[in-house]
Amino acid sequence: MITLDILKETFWSLSANKVRSGLTILGIVIGIASVITMVSIGQGAQKTIESSIQAIGSNLIIITPGAQKSGSVSSGQGSSQTLTTDDANMIVAEVPNVKGVAPEVSRRYQLNAKGNNTNTQVVGTVPDYLSVRNIEIDLGTFITNQQVKSSAKVVVLGPTVRDDIFGVDVNPVGQTIRIKNVDFEIIGVALAKGGTGFSNPDNSAYVPLTSAQHFLSGDTFVTSISVAANDQTSMTSVQQQISEFLLRSHNITDPTQADFTLMNQTDIIATASSITGTFTMLLSSIAGISLLVGGIGIMNMMLTTVTERTREIGLRKAVGIRKIYINLQFLAEAVVLTFFGGFIGVVLGWGASLLISRFVPSLTTSVSISSVALAFGVSTAVGIIFGFYPARRAANLSPMEALRYE
Amino acid sequence: MIECKNLNKTYQNGDVQTVALKDVSFYIEKGEFVAIIGPSGSGKSTLMHILGALDIPTSGSYFLDGKEVSELEDDELSELRREKIGFVFQAFNLLPRTTVLRNVILPLLYSDISDNERVERAKTCLAYAGMEESKFYNLSNQLSGGQMQRVAIARSLINNPAIILADEPTGNLDTKTSQVVMKAFQELNEKGHTIILITHEQEIAAFAQRVISIRDGVIESDINNIKK
Repeated sequence: MITLDILKETFWSLSANKVRSGLTILGIVIGIASVITMVSIGQGAQKTIESSIQAIGSNLIIITPGAQKSGSVSSGQGSSQTLTTDDANMIVAEVPNVKGVAPEVSRRYQLNAKGNNTNTQVVGTVPDYLSVRNIEIDLGTFITNQQVKSSAKVVVLGPTVRDDIFGVDVNPVGQTIRIKNVDFEIIGVALAKGGTGFSNPDNSAYVPLTSAQHFLSGDTFVTSISVAANDQTSMTSVQQQISEFLLRSHNITDPTQADFTLMNQTDIIATASSITGTFTMLLSSIAGISLLVGGIGIMNMMLTTVTERTREIGLRKAVGIRKIYINLQFLAEAVVLTFFGGFIGVVLGWGASLLISRFVPSLTTSVSISSVALAFGVSTAVGIIFGFYPARRAANLSPMEALRYE
Repeated sequence: MIECKNLNKTYQNGDVQTVALKDVSFYIEKGEFVAIIGPSGSGKSTLMHILGALDIPTSGSYFLDGKEVSELEDDELSELRREKIGFVFQAFNLLPRTTVLRNVILPLLYSDISDNERVERAKTCLAYAGMEESKFYNLSNQLSGGQMQRVAIARSLINNPAIILADEPTGNLDTKTSQVVMKAFQELNEKGHTIILITHEQEIAAFAQRVISIRDGVIESDINNIKK
């Protein structure tokens, strides 16, 4: 009977003051939903970047040329032409634990066919590129060793390039495309990998390495060499041996004067993570502020409510209701309000992050349970403390004092 | 049934001491209709709060049915108010935006009495206080002053208390409504309830059988109203 009475009183009291209850709930909802949504955007971004780096290939070491120096003027990392196809071939022969080596010549060119044209990254490379960079073929075939040897004018298109020029889901194999005014025959289309950034593998075209050197770049250098180690554990030793080998074959005695740079995936992930980490921090602090503002809102509402209701508490005491029941009723009201608001807030925040990943393709979101727990915990704690504590204080007043309260 | 002996009440406000009651002693029999009259600041409201167990005296003793009230704990005071005293306030003090029926049932909350019996008792009391049945489910803020005071009277009757304490019950009502409300108190008195009425108006006090007038915390006179 007592429990039922408390629940009924809670229901009546909350529904008799719909605006007040609604505003309190709204404060809780906004606080919780904004925290959940913002943290989910931050964490989603972090996951997306990490997975798109993973997609480049696993256990990958990328060798790029060092800075070009004429006298004491440096043109910056990667500007010189110091790496050749021979370096790549020698690494295969000299360094153990290497799964594949793929030298490449990459540059952007205008591609046109059937009256459409696009500007994209054209990668001149070898068949090993497939395994080193985790690329799969959707239609046709990839470049063969024979085609590399004979400098065949063949090209494999990335799915985005195919979509741009021939249209979505069209099979262009056998057709001809012009790259820098040279006709290439399309022999395949790569499978979409996803991923974003400057070197999107989907928005690339692949030609044999020698063809790129003969018809497009006009020299025998390569812009980078990708090396895949056999496994994660041999990464460090492979990287070390490549470095030693290249120093030796380039006749450089001082490692600080090296004309190449080695970078492995772990470094890239670490760099990217620190960037997304900052991003998540930024979003979390915005979310933290909204939680704080929401909390102050809840606190305000609860305190105003109780002040306003001190007379009611006095009346309840005057007609002989025991203090404990008054306390329990106010506690129940605070709990119901905050849990109700909290529940809506979680649902709304979760829903918002799902909607964001659905309608904003470049933003993937990932709701973390800890952010839900934190947001829910803070707002319910604030709501309950500031709903219950002043009511308790009012119930401790003598009924006469409470009734006279202005 | 009510016995006050040398009641003193002093309010401490910072360094300032205000004496509200000074050595007040009197006795009220069961079934009496007593008006306590005095100008504002005379201490009559303080006296009413002590009689209603809403406050305790600084010194002196107050016996209600032979029980020393000033020695009771908070919860025992609540029980005493629920069982023995019905309150009618000047400001009505109804729950806002709440139906008439729920306002009357308020003192019965958290008791063992079933829902049906609560409603039955509330309806009886409302009828007793002269409230039309069509208004039972109206919200308290949709009523006129007179109607609100009837609801408050009905609420004070719900536990069938021995004593009804009315603090300026007509203070917010017009003359005509005041007469009706006072008639209702007279009827309740005839049915055996002890009624203690606080007022500053002579014509309201005239409805009572006995008038205690108080000034500056001291009883000035205590006379039986022969007119009645």
